[in-house]
Amino acid sequence: MNKIYTVLLADDDPDYLFQVAFYLRKAGFEVMAVESQAEAEQVIAKMKPDIAVFDLMMESDDSGFILCYKIKRKYPEVPVVLATAVSRETGITFGLSGGQDREWIRADLYLEKGVRPEQLELELRKLLKI
Amino acid sequence: MAQLKILVVDDEPGIRSGVSRILGNFHVTYPFMDEDYTFNIMEAATGEEGIEIIDREMPDILLLDNKLPGIQGVEVLEYVRKKNYDIVVAMITSYASIDVAVKAHNDGAIDFIPKPFTPQELKSSIEQITKQQYLRRITHKLKVEGRKVRFQFLSVLSHELKAPLNAIEGYLRMMQERQMGDSLDEYASAIERSLQRIESMRNLIMDLLDFTKVNFERQMEKMQNVNLKELVSMAVVTVSPYAIHKEIHFETSVNGCETIWADPNDFEIILNNLVSNAVKYNKPGGTVTVSVDCSENEFTIRVADTGIGMNSEERDMLFEEFSRIRNDKTRNISGSGLGLSIVKKVVDLYHGVINVESSPDRGSAFSVIIPRSQVSNLKTGI
Repeated sequence: MNKIYTVLLADDDPDYLFQVAFYLRKAGFEVMAVESQAEAEQVIAKMKPDIAVFDLMMESDDSGFILCYKIKRKYPEVPVVLATAVSRETGITFGLSGGQDREWIRADLYLEKGVRPEQLELELRKLLKI
Repeated sequence: MAQLKILVVDDEPGIRSGVSRILGNFHVTYPFMDEDYTFNIMEAATGEEGIEIIDREMPDILLLDNKLPGIQGVEVLEYVRKKNYDIVVAMITSYASIDVAVKAHNDGAIDFIPKPFTPQELKSSIEQITKQQYLRRITHKLKVEGRKVRFQFLSVLSHELKAPLNAIEGYLRMMQERQMGDSLDEYASAIERSLQRIESMRNLIMDLLDFTKVNFERQMEKMQNVNLKELVSMAVVTVSPYAIHKEIHFETSVNGCETIWADPNDFEIILNNLVSNAVKYNKPGGTVTVSVDCSENEFTIRVADTGIGMNSEERDMLFEEFSRIRNDKTRNISGSGLGLSIVKKVVDLYHGVINVESSPDRGSAFSVIIPRSQVSNLKTGI
């Protein structure tokens, strides 16, 4: 990989953030790790990441959705991954393979939190086409 | 008959008039409802117009097209959320299958209605939404009785318990795979963080045990003469290892009441939570002042600290279950977000009130005021 890809990573769990950032950096990505929707919005305002990974619930229950929407409005071409632990607990599931959710939830990929780091790396590479 | 206001925001006049026609003489019945619901339909052709009507008329249900000429449906939704309006929002989408999307509806926030829809589809969506809205409002009313709490427990609790487990598991895997090298020293912060997450999980479990102790019903056999002075000293002793570590100084005073008639568990919960918070959110070297004052009609427990304090926005969310104030100052303080909501419930049981005064960086003072008449009423079971 010649180009260094920048990942914007937002998650309000500092440990999850640290662990994911750690693995992605190890995998050769540059990682902008932020702990809130507000910080993520500041980053989006200032720079364009190559890809973004957002937690769903941060300051509010739908922070991740709002971030998806905002980043897609500014940089439609930047792939976005929505990661959350919510579904397994509440029975809420989203599927981005069907059209109806994709229309609304503007993420390119929905991931369960707790996926293995290699899996996440693989998914990011697929989305980045590298 | 009760009436719910529905606002349709759609740029297609056909959709708007269709909704008005279909729902105009529709009514919803539900076994638990006292009365049937009918609907008053309002229409807006743009998001801007919709927001204007929302502010003015405060509809109960919003049917929202996402593709609008000006601002988009999702921005209207964001506006409703930001304003914290009690409105159920259903997105009208041009896709046929809504099964998955309906599941995305969390706590009355979002529903999806496919477009084009048949009258029956619209009616059954509205019926669902009405029931949910009804249940939401009822559970809101029954909050004091703890029903909502039980519901929330199922969803939020598992999240709160799983997050630390995931974090600890993640760190253990890093160690197992020697991700940071072979020296144990490299893992010092991972170990430290794991211990912190375990600690916060333990606190959550302790708070949960408290929660189960508060039955939301007075158990008469548990009522007894409670010595507040003893409870104050106990609360101080309980938190003292942590207080000594942070060099916190205590000032306590109990004036005018020897004993009150209460369930000692309840006042232990109140005092332990307030005093431990006063230490936890204090600055090193700070002071915690605990005073109990009894007058003829009421008694007041006041716990003040010289800590980080909070702003009015943060103060408003203080007593909600699992709400934790998240900012730079609280980042390294662990908590379950349950303590104060438990305190509030206990205080409610005694028909008391809890007040907070606070200013950022200067400290907070919590006052619990409980009417004495209530305590004696409880005593005689009136």
